[in-house]
Amino acid sequence: MSTNPYVMNQPAHHILSVLVQNRPGVLARVAGLFARRGYNIFSLAVAPTEDPMLSRITIVVDVESAPLEQIVKQLFKLVDVVKISELDPRRSVERELLMATVRVPAEDRGQVVELTNIFEGKILAVGVEAITVSLEGSPDKLDDFEELLRGYGIVELQRTGRVALPKLDKEARLKAVKHGKAS
Amino acid sequence: MTQKITGAQALIRALELENVDTIFGLPGGCILPAYDPLLDSPIRHILVRHEQGAGHMAEGYAHVTGRPGVAMVTSGPAATNMVTPLCDAYMDSIPMVCITGQVPTTAIGTDAFQECDTVGITRSVTKHNELIMSADDVPLMVRQAFHIATTGRPGPVLLDLPKDVLQNSMTWHWPSDEEVLDSLPGYKPVSKGHPRMIKEAARMILDAKQPIIYAGGGILKARAADALRELAELIDTPVVTTLMARGAFPDDHPLCLGMPGMHGNATAITAMQKSDLLITLGARFDDRITGKVATFAPDAKIIHVDIDPAEQGKVRRPDVPIVGDCRLVIEEIIKAIKDLLNGGDKQQDISAWKSRVSGWREQFPLYYPSNEPGEALKPQYCLEQLRDGAPEGTILCSGVGQHQMWSSQYWKFNEPYTWVNSGGLGTMGFSVPAAIGAKVGRPDRTVWAVDGDGCFQMTAQELVTASVERIPIKVAILNNSYLGMVRQWQEMFYEERYSEVYLSPELPDFVKWAESMGCIGIRVESPEEVQPAIEKANSIDDRSVVVEFRVDAGEKVFPMVPAGFSNDDVLLHPDQNNRREFLR
Ligand SMILES: Cc1ncc(C[n+]2csc(CCOP(=O)(O)OP(=O)(O)O)c2C)c(N)n1
Ligand SMILES: [Mg+2]
Repeated sequence: MSTNPYVMNQPAHHILSVLVQNRPGVLARVAGLFARRGYNIFSLAVAPTEDPMLSRITIVVDVESAPLEQIVKQLFKLVDVVKISELDPRRSVERELLMATVRVPAEDRGQVVELTNIFEGKILAVGVEAITVSLEGSPDKLDDFEELLRGYGIVELQRTGRVALPKLDKEARLKAVKHGKAS
Repeated sequence: MTQKITGAQALIRALELENVDTIFGLPGGCILPAYDPLLDSPIRHILVRHEQGAGHMAEGYAHVTGRPGVAMVTSGPAATNMVTPLCDAYMDSIPMVCITGQVPTTAIGTDAFQECDTVGITRSVTKHNELIMSADDVPLMVRQAFHIATTGRPGPVLLDLPKDVLQNSMTWHWPSDEEVLDSLPGYKPVSKGHPRMIKEAARMILDAKQPIIYAGGGILKARAADALRELAELIDTPVVTTLMARGAFPDDHPLCLGMPGMHGNATAITAMQKSDLLITLGARFDDRITGKVATFAPDAKIIHVDIDPAEQGKVRRPDVPIVGDCRLVIEEIIKAIKDLLNGGDKQQDISAWKSRVSGWREQFPLYYPSNEPGEALKPQYCLEQLRDGAPEGTILCSGVGQHQMWSSQYWKFNEPYTWVNSGGLGTMGFSVPAAIGAKVGRPDRTVWAVDGDGCFQMTAQELVTASVERIPIKVAILNNSYLGMVRQWQEMFYEERYSEVYLSPELPDFVKWAESMGCIGIRVESPEEVQPAIEKANSIDDRSVVVEFRVDAGEKVFPMVPAGFSNDDVLLHPDQNNRREFLR
């Protein structure tokens, strides 16, 4: 994992939405290819799609565009990969889930609750010295929330990695990657 | 009507239906069930002495026939012994299907005896692999394997078969072409080039003043040698043939410049370097070809034809990328050029360029100091004699090292599919088993393996296989008592500090070893003995022959572009250095 690519104004990350055959070992093939070719995965989310034969792997990569082209072409060569779309971050909706346990004495707990409410997050559990909260939203919003929580002392933090779909306006079609299906 | 057979019977039947005539392999516990129906099959099984040998034999077979080589071995250590040939086949795009046994499905994941994660281990060295979990899936998986191995960019495919899958009964069904294609929604290789790109390529070719055709192994994979020749003659343009493409364009053709790259000849290297257009056909800008990439062919525009889209722009960004089968694309380019010419367009005058290229050829022939009487035998001399004594159509295989480079340099390859070597992976030990596989594929041809003393010791035991199976090959060992290529690097780049490269001139006794394996062994120590020994070897065709040439250990391979050097700074043989200025 490398430095956070989300913080820059211009999107430095790329979102690959990879449709694969829902078969044993597919994730290992995809992950193995990234490792073998020396590419870095920033985050990765996998789940079945509306078609039970297919799964969608959403991969966030933080690379310049030239190696990205190589990654996409190499991914295409995997026999189980059916389709790859590159989602333009400016034209897609991205969501992620964050869960965090924050150590906070009872007298300061109200501040964390307030912060969570401002961000429209949820309180999941409350203990004597700690509180667990969650927030679902855009990765930027999660970054901000995480930053503010840090001030209180995060004990445990888990983020899911983003999932994304194209925005529903005219231009924001899936920018289907142009290259033909590989050999 | 439905007929029940075992998964193992289905496997052998499926292989028969895929027109497999030979399997190279060695049985063991988990693959046992598959070896039983093999007894009743017309498929010939060649029992190897080490599974790596089976893999390289399958490769050699595929190299010379164009048909996929098939290897079958058991689980665990047999599967891991297969990793090297699989990787070798993957790097050199050799069609191959490998069948491995696996522990029963119920035992998978338990560290059972001879269990290993074969598909995990081989994932990155195969084009595709599958663990078959049900006997019913066997026919479809076999069809998929052959389809994937032989189409698009060819490569090795591995099928891992658990013992119970082989033993279980299944209902035989042979899938149709359509079923196979439908079962692979993610696999659609492109073979026809883009018409607009082809037109652009034709235009660019006619406009070039200093064009070179850069032909790679893809020409051979695509059976495009005739198309290449037609194109080269149509545009009267010199052709370089990479290590993987030797024989794709005849060496005796006036337009052939031979091999470029790290140990290529000065003309081929320099012609690419100075060209204004590289017509790249089935080649991949390997680091052994480009030298330092930043200074490679700096003024050249690039047309890049390759069936693998991932090769486009991987190393050098093409001006005209064309994804497609080399033969189909070259034929289309020829048509497009003819259309332009018929429409009144003219090709640039390239005569000045061609005479510059001829000048280099005159100044920089391959060179080695000739054998003085009483001096140690020169390996290059042995190769020249082997070449001149070889019967028409001889297939040459080689190991990896100095002897490999001299083989490629000094042989004359005038026919495609007569050169079998390990290019991408550079696998020592390749040549003996690959030569056996080549001889099985082309029993009508003489097959010579040129090997190093180091390489030979890695897989020589397959000569036992050759003797038992009556597959007569010929092996020339260039015994310089060193890991010669490594020794050369230590001499040139490590101040002659020789570290762990000395083998031994006497051990093993190659002649006795050859004889113990059922071969004829011949030792050659002086120049006068060379020709008679080769004649004798060529006259024997009922068993394998091993000729050990005791050669000069000090001989180095030139020219050389050391790793990381620019092709502009190619090192010539010291005796040719006074002519360096002509390389401009
Ligand atoms: C399996 C393997 N191990 C190591 C190497 C590195 N290597 C390349 S050439 C070479 C020397 C080969 O020696 P030999 O077979 O005697 O050939 P020579 O160079 O002397 O002609 C070595 C060790 C290799 N290519 N393959
Ligand atoms: Mg040697």
